[in-house]
Amino acid sequence: MNSGDTVFIIMSAALVMLMTPGLALFYGGMVRNKNVLATIMQSFIILGVISIEWVLWGYSMSFGPDYGGIIGGLDWMFLKGVGMEPSADYGTTVPHLAFMIFQCMFAVITPALITGAFAERMKFSAFLIFILLWATIVYNPLCHWVWGIGGWMGKMGALDFAGGTVVHISSGVSALAAAIIIGKRKGFGSTAYIPHNVPMTITGAALLWFGWFGFNAGSALAANGLAANAFVVTHVASAAAAITWILMEGVHRGKPTTLGAASGAVAGLVAITPASGFVSPMSAIIIGGLAGMICYGGIMLKSRLGYDDSLDVVGIHGVGGTWGALATGLFASKAINPDGLNGLFFGNPGQLLTQFVSVAVTMLFAFSMTYVILKGIDMVIGLRVSEEDEERGLDITMHNETGYNL
Amino acid sequence: MKKIEAIIKAFKLDDVKEGLSSIGVKGLTVSEVKGFGRQRGHKEIYRGAEYQVAFVPKIKIEVVIDTKLVPEAVRVIREKALTGQIGDGKIFIMPVEEVIRIRTGEKGEDAI
Repeated sequence: MNSGDTVFIIMSAALVMLMTPGLALFYGGMVRNKNVLATIMQSFIILGVISIEWVLWGYSMSFGPDYGGIIGGLDWMFLKGVGMEPSADYGTTVPHLAFMIFQCMFAVITPALITGAFAERMKFSAFLIFILLWATIVYNPLCHWVWGIGGWMGKMGALDFAGGTVVHISSGVSALAAAIIIGKRKGFGSTAYIPHNVPMTITGAALLWFGWFGFNAGSALAANGLAANAFVVTHVASAAAAITWILMEGVHRGKPTTLGAASGAVAGLVAITPASGFVSPMSAIIIGGLAGMICYGGIMLKSRLGYDDSLDVVGIHGVGGTWGALATGLFASKAINPDGLNGLFFGNPGQLLTQFVSVAVTMLFAFSMTYVILKGIDMVIGLRVSEEDEERGLDITMHNETGYNL
Repeated sequence: MKKIEAIIKAFKLDDVKEGLSSIGVKGLTVSEVKGFGRQRGHKEIYRGAEYQVAFVPKIKIEVVIDTKLVPEAVRVIREKALTGQIGDGKIFIMPVEEVIRIRTGEKGEDAI
């Protein structure tokens, strides 16, 4: 056991925890004021629900003893055998509990990301059932495939340092499935869904940026040089993406916006996530810079294709995560991480193919499972609030309160 | 007694208030309002999506004054609220039947 590593992982877990309330503000500012609390609540209550799910069975399904590369066994249910001593396989210099709670925060924020797709129209009861099923059926197996010892994607050599496939592609394509199934918001195309509080969104983006240092640097699972490299590449990728996003806006629309700067920063964070343990800072500037441009294009998709992904989860997390996973196959270098692999630009073109396979399978799996789960819930209790409730806003109709009393 | 309602540009409020005070107006009520006239709305862009915002924010001033003061008040408001650009606003004048000061019960011009 190493006390430096232990401190680092515990503090990183706390940093990642802060991302979920940060996301709540990021999303909360972008909806109309009648839905601000309902939107914040969807992220906030996941901290409750999924944290409990994780310690009861989620952690065991994700990291427990492997069954066929597909799923972890239930040996660690209720944290049985997960104690103060390090695990033999995961974060071997820190208490097993520290690794478990660090991973818990990832399991929490991932379903929270999806909530942006169905914001302003989903029933709270249906939402709760959805995230619980999604965490169990989609997140836990996927997490095992990529990070669990014996998981088939990890064994295949797919590189995902901090969750490009597990967190961002999975939430991004699930968001697409959700937006398609639940349908457009009332008045789509004629109503102006103007963000009611952009400063709230910027505050949220700042908290996300801050917490992301724990997300990526913490994924080194040790207080070492690799963690420092991950910290730096995370920061510069985000910085570059904020700049390129507003440049795109300047060219395309004439004026740079603060919402654009915040969106770009998040796009850069998303894209660098899978690569953060394998690339150099200069590669990170390229990955982040391109992420700002690609995701700016990504958010235009929804008006082209006609689905209502309210808060652009597909455009930022789906598209940004995909770019990041593929970019890892281009820019990964063993000079940065000897335990990793080289990418295309460092003489290993096969890595790009491996990355591509991991992206494609993640998309197929997350999209189809989300589709089935939501269809099922829709048939049993219905996904959407009534038209009248949607008009009045979810704050008052789902929660009996209002965000602003003036 | 007359009531003047003036819709003006928000940044002209202080000038108009100073002007009205200087001609002896002792009180006024201000509200933030939205509306449209010949200026129509404006566009806002969020994440590349363009929205036409129909209503423009303005300030509404309400002031009740002695009828004799009306021409002077209108002159001051026009002078102070003028930019010469579209969207400077409008002034409405209407009769007031009675004014009562709640604290003392005074009526009419004494209560203004």
